[in-house]
Amino acid sequence: MTSVDTTPTRVIPERRRRGLWFWFRDTGWRHLIGVVMLVFAAFPLLYVLSASLNPTGTLVGSNTLFRTIDFGNYVELFQLPQQPYAAWFLNTMVIGLVAAAGTVFLGALAAYAFSRMRFRGRRVGLLTLLLVQMFPQILGVVAIFLLLSGIGEVFPQIGIGTQAGLVLVYLGGALGVNTYLMYGFFNTVPVSIDEAAKIDGASHARIFFTIILRLVAPILAVVGLLSFIATSSEFVIASIVLTDPQTQTLAVGLYQFVAQETSSNWTLFSAGAVLAAIPVMALFLYLQKYIIGGLTAGSVK
Amino acid sequence: MSIPPSVTAAAAPPPAPAGTLRASRRPSSLRGTLITIGVLSVIDAIAVFGLFMLFLQESWIPFGVVLAVTVIVNWIYLRPGWLPAKYLTPGLLFLAVFQIFVVVYSGYIAFTNYGDGRNGTKDDAIETILLTAQQRVPDSPAYRLTVLDQFGEYFFLVTDPEGEVLLGSADQPLAPVSGFGTDSTGRADSLPGFTTLTFGDLLGNQAAITELAVPLSDDPNDGALRTPDGSNAYLYLSTLSYDAATDTFTDTTGTVFRDGGDGAFVSDAGRELIPGWTITVGFDNFVTAFTTDNIRGPLISVTIWTFAFAILSVATTFALGLFLAIVFNKPTMRGKKVYRLIMILPYAFPGFLSGLVWLGLFNQDFGYINQVLFGGASIPWLTDPWLAKFSVLFVNLWLGFPYMFLICTGALQSIPEELTEAATVDGAKPWAVFRLIKFPLLLVSVAPLLISSFAFNFNNFNIIYMLTGGGPRDVTAGVDAGATDILITLVYKVAFGEGTGRDYGLASAFAILIFFIVATVSIISFRQTKVLEELN
Repeated sequence: MTSVDTTPTRVIPERRRRGLWFWFRDTGWRHLIGVVMLVFAAFPLLYVLSASLNPTGTLVGSNTLFRTIDFGNYVELFQLPQQPYAAWFLNTMVIGLVAAAGTVFLGALAAYAFSRMRFRGRRVGLLTLLLVQMFPQILGVVAIFLLLSGIGEVFPQIGIGTQAGLVLVYLGGALGVNTYLMYGFFNTVPVSIDEAAKIDGASHARIFFTIILRLVAPILAVVGLLSFIATSSEFVIASIVLTDPQTQTLAVGLYQFVAQETSSNWTLFSAGAVLAAIPVMALFLYLQKYIIGGLTAGSVK
Repeated sequence: MSIPPSVTAAAAPPPAPAGTLRASRRPSSLRGTLITIGVLSVIDAIAVFGLFMLFLQESWIPFGVVLAVTVIVNWIYLRPGWLPAKYLTPGLLFLAVFQIFVVVYSGYIAFTNYGDGRNGTKDDAIETILLTAQQRVPDSPAYRLTVLDQFGEYFFLVTDPEGEVLLGSADQPLAPVSGFGTDSTGRADSLPGFTTLTFGDLLGNQAAITELAVPLSDDPNDGALRTPDGSNAYLYLSTLSYDAATDTFTDTTGTVFRDGGDGAFVSDAGRELIPGWTITVGFDNFVTAFTTDNIRGPLISVTIWTFAFAILSVATTFALGLFLAIVFNKPTMRGKKVYRLIMILPYAFPGFLSGLVWLGLFNQDFGYINQVLFGGASIPWLTDPWLAKFSVLFVNLWLGFPYMFLICTGALQSIPEELTEAATVDGAKPWAVFRLIKFPLLLVSVAPLLISSFAFNFNNFNIIYMLTGGGPRDVTAGVDAGATDILITLVYKVAFGEGTGRDYGLASAFAILIFFIVATVSIISFRQTKVLEELN
């Protein structure tokens, strides 16, 4: 368009040309990088989605994107007796939700104590929580296995092979990072609210359950979500505790499903992956501004 | 990498609340008291059940611990005041059992030979050896049998060839009984307080009943009764005999097995009886890790790769994230929200699935990357040691850059615009402004996040295990180690791997080593970040 010059004056096209170049140097190249990154970020996800809609079943058949749209894989997923996908899905949701709820509750109790009360050992307690977290639970996987085996001899309901036992292990990590996140948020709630309620005759439990917990709801949601995502993706401990396919989670079940025969049941796996990812991603995107706020709150001092 | 919510970031010093709740001594409400008592009684009921079971098993140490904890918990909640403890106890209990105890217990296991065929006491081992070596005595007389049940435990009611009636179970040697009922053939078939199993019950519990061995007497060398069919029992004798005085086993050929000192009975020729038992072996596991050539070599290369993987993961994701944050940190640019939303998708995608999805994409023969992007090439992305390392880092970049992008964007936007303006007025070029002013400031706020990200990747099990399983495997190694194994996947494979046998002791020794490495790195880097903070 720059070569076509029908106007009597040459000023306008030159300005326009310079304008386009200027635009590119100023902003346009950013869009170029943006588009490259979009492809990089989204391609694997689109690929899985496409594979899940492909009836061929195999890996090689999944290499043409979105040629066919067929929901057969999603139907078949729920009909395999050896791979109880529906049970895995339900287990993951239940374990994730129970562990998240427990984590939020235990963390909130501790954060309330640290934020509102002054007692001997408070600073040491906060510091200890940081130090203990340096030893990730995953490192103690052998000890956890043997501990649960031992507990199972007394309480078979929470031993190896039980989901309740797994949830209890997850709750072992309820304090720590979560308490810190909540503690910071609790501190932003004015203490005068507590005091007003106290003067009105409310007990500490009443203040905690009916006033504070409502005021800190956003951070409870964030901690709950982070903990839900973490537990529903957790593989190591789940894989040694949950031994029976009927009790396993998606992480354990889908791994074994795809690890044995990657190429032949690929599209089924893809359908399973899409279904497994949807709730987590939807929650994440819905709450993303809180999560990002929580993550960066510390970094943006 | 997925979400490492930064420990240090959240640990910003709190504004101390102006006033604080004092532990109140006012009488609590009736409703509160009732709830407390209700919850406590449920907990106590469970505890009493546990105490009862532990008492029966004669596990005195756990018994003492459970008793002490129960008493303390009751005391905390029934006593007025001491408010912080009421709020902290539930979380601390879980922390104590599943974090602190687990750390201590790992330390203990690292000093034992716990593992396959070494997971019980010596007495259990002797009993199991005798039981598994039992064979039916040829021409053994048939004992006429009725199987009884009491509270879920099976009992043998036998009428021996001389007509004497005896009762016994797996834990209780045969002893004469009286008061039994007999059927028309003179066989004892019922006993007060016990349920006689019907034919259907026998069929339904066939496996448990055929496995049951009822000792003839307290001396295990006398043998035991077993039943192949539920109606006749025969005498089974062990081919091995145990002599408690000399602590040896002797088999029918006269070979003697002695306690070899490392948790098993061994013959002079080196044959070992299975199972052995757990003993404390001191620093043997650590010595093994450092001195056995075919373990030390892989362990060193795995350690180096663990560091390389963690450092490179942080470096690549941070570089890309920062670059994108700068690129998109332009207020007038359109469509930023869309870019941002799509770019954080890998971060929102469940971590364990990402590894598996890329496993398919990287497949050497059928994967999209080789088939479509490289036109049918057969590049061994996951089976060549170096390409596998590259692939793992590449996938981790895909997973981790959105996180870095988000925190860098946040950090960049918090740097006051005036600084840039002032520098520009002083004649600084944009690059100089970035390098000398913005970048150091940005580093101050993201450094703690980079350290926690390093610590996270140091133990980033999922991505390695899902994508390569640690492979390609080093076939010369004495443990199941491969080119992309990091320390934590090595621990998992040594402890729970298939094929090589489980060695909990060695795995825990590795875990303890990792703990020291991570702790050292964290402490050093926390100090470093303090230096950085003084810059501010």
